Amino acid sequence: MNKQVELKNKKVIASSHVQLGQKNRMNQTYTDVNDIFYNSELAPNFLTGSEVIREAIKRSSVGTSVAYPITPQSEAAALIGEIYAEGYLDEYFRGESEFAVMGQCAGAAFGGHRVFTTTAGPGTLRAMENFPMWAGSRLPIQVCVTCRGVNSPLSIQPDTLEMYYLLETGMLVWHAETAQDLFDFILKGFIVAEQPDVHIPIAVCCDGFFVTHTKDTVNMPPLDLTLPPYDPYKAPVPCMDMEVAPIRMMRDPFVMKSNYISYATHASWQQEIRAACERSRKHTIPLLDGLIDEENTDREILIVASGTAVSQSREAIRLLDEDGIKVGLVKIKTIRPFPSEEIKRVTKNAKHIIVPEFNVTGWLAREIKAIIPDNERVLVGPHVCGGMTLPSEVIVEQIKIHLGMETEKLRM
Amino acid sequence: MSKEKIVMCEDLADIMPPEYQELVATATFGKQDRGWKDIGTSKELIEQHSLCAGCPESIAFRYILASLPAPEDTVFVGSTGCTSLVFPHVAVHNIHSLFGNQNAIASGLKRALAARFPDREKDVVVLAGDGATVDIGLDMTMQSWFRLEKFTTICFDNELYANTGGQESGLMQKGFVAKMAPKGKTFEKVKLAEIAREAGCAYVAVLTVSKPNRVEQVIKNAIFVAREIGPTFVQLYTPCILEIGKQSMEGLDEMKDSETIGGRFVQKEYITEEAQKLLDVIKEETKARKKAAKAAKKPVNA
Repeated sequence: MNKQVELKNKKVIASSHVQLGQKNRMNQTYTDVNDIFYNSELAPNFLTGSEVIREAIKRSSVGTSVAYPITPQSEAAALIGEIYAEGYLDEYFRGESEFAVMGQCAGAAFGGHRVFTTTAGPGTLRAMENFPMWAGSRLPIQVCVTCRGVNSPLSIQPDTLEMYYLLETGMLVWHAETAQDLFDFILKGFIVAEQPDVHIPIAVCCDGFFVTHTKDTVNMPPLDLTLPPYDPYKAPVPCMDMEVAPIRMMRDPFVMKSNYISYATHASWQQEIRAACERSRKHTIPLLDGLIDEENTDREILIVASGTAVSQSREAIRLLDEDGIKVGLVKIKTIRPFPSEEIKRVTKNAKHIIVPEFNVTGWLAREIKAIIPDNERVLVGPHVCGGMTLPSEVIVEQIKIHLGMETEKLRM
Repeated sequence: MSKEKIVMCEDLADIMPPEYQELVATATFGKQDRGWKDIGTSKELIEQHSLCAGCPESIAFRYILASLPAPEDTVFVGSTGCTSLVFPHVAVHNIHSLFGNQNAIASGLKRALAARFPDREKDVVVLAGDGATVDIGLDMTMQSWFRLEKFTTICFDNELYANTGGQESGLMQKGFVAKMAPKGKTFEKVKLAEIAREAGCAYVAVLTVSKPNRVEQVIKNAIFVAREIGPTFVQLYTPCILEIGKQSMEGLDEMKDSETIGGRFVQKEYITEEAQKLLDVIKEETKARKKAAKAAKKPVNA
């Protein structure tokens, strides 16, 4: 049966994985992510968040990026086009809608490329059908979500409601507080998402405008270092390039109705996607130094937040400290996987848990309430929405009211 | 891919399924001038199908798979519908992702493969039904043509939504009474071939699958033109015998009736000048090669 086959002029294409230390066409050296962050000279740069995205992608060995205009990510998406023109990426083009863009990203990922794109607000929702498909297809695409309000009425302002919709897509969801986080999360996000035992998409979220359109100092590794390229042959599912034997994957298509095998396949696969997300912890914890950051969590009053709500909370804590009120802080970096054990541990002795948020529903507070004992300790809010800022004074006032203290009523 | 990639490990060969053993032994991966005539003498790249008995889509699948110029370097992109029931049985990589986004997937895929394999031609072929191509996916179908993406789009036109039970589609004939068109369809069958031509396709063909040699020729034309020039489109009438009230054995007659003079599917092609030149060159080369092969086969003294 196993007869010799003539090879003609065809040769086997081995893994395209390029070894560490080799140089790419931009004369950058493929470098381990740990060496990039921990064994290289990081230099400060004063940049907008959009420029930070560009700088991160320059050092990420991305194959394809597909762009579409929507505020506030348009600038970042266009800047990636500029570095494509310089030669940093293999492919870049403008799609026709977010739904199509996420499909084009999927196509490139199915074909073995490392893929990066950006979106925001209504665009995230228009693209939504793609995200569970990415996860189910085990495509480690990275989408940077520069959060903005979800219509209607029309808003282009920052608001994290869209992250709530992403929570059950099966993707990794990380939330950057600052431009520095954004830079770090983009590079580290590729590495975690592409691990063979993870290999699912990742949404690196940041708060639109607050992060994308403000300037901040970001420490960056030199431009001659870049991540090792993606190796599609380490994926847990075959790369769709006909370089892997085209096995017949199933006797009956999964979609066939009334078929126990199809039910079992779906059930186990969906659990596997969620398990893959959980397995990302062991790669994420060393790279991000834990899924949460904690400051003075032995205190009775704790603020637990993610994104720029953390920055506002830091200032609120300083103001409260002036009044003799001691408050601890928990910054959540990964929303999926959710740091349940970590939050249970750090809130163990807290009497009051305050969760300020930039959205109308208070979804982060809900997530926390769902996992800790005695969840009446959680104060849902303060939250603002539709692009309003969340002044530190509002957080201070809410905490004082919650504690039954006199407050100087804030003038609106 | 070279065929050695599907060679089995000797120690485990005996436990491999017989259909895989046949695939290794006699499938026509890598064979030059493969075509529909290989059907019956070699292992087909479709193992079986889970379509209705007598469904013309099943024979269309067999002809197309037999006609691919290089299945060892071809990736299919499908969509939701009856075709998605067949792809799991096909020995060529294929992607199902969502309903209607097939040309978006193919755009990203073709570009990534072109970047990863600069010295090898990787053919990308979209194969989807008319609902996916014309209704829910028209935006992405046309935009891929506007962008001149270099892959082939094949539409299995059965003039309705078959897998969901026979609802009206854009490619349905005017007046046809169907689910969701209880008083009959009120507008004309969408002129997809003309849309394709105007949108930038360098090669467009409309036909039925009643004649395998014709199917083979247009599939090869479409793929060769897509490699060198730009987007190509093939619209194949594959009637849903179940939903138009025909019997299993009546599919062929239905196709033959529709392609006679005055019918909806009289074969037509739109070919740009550039594409025609390319096809002429390929035709000459193929002819010369076949002639040489024939001459080589003849005994010297005959």
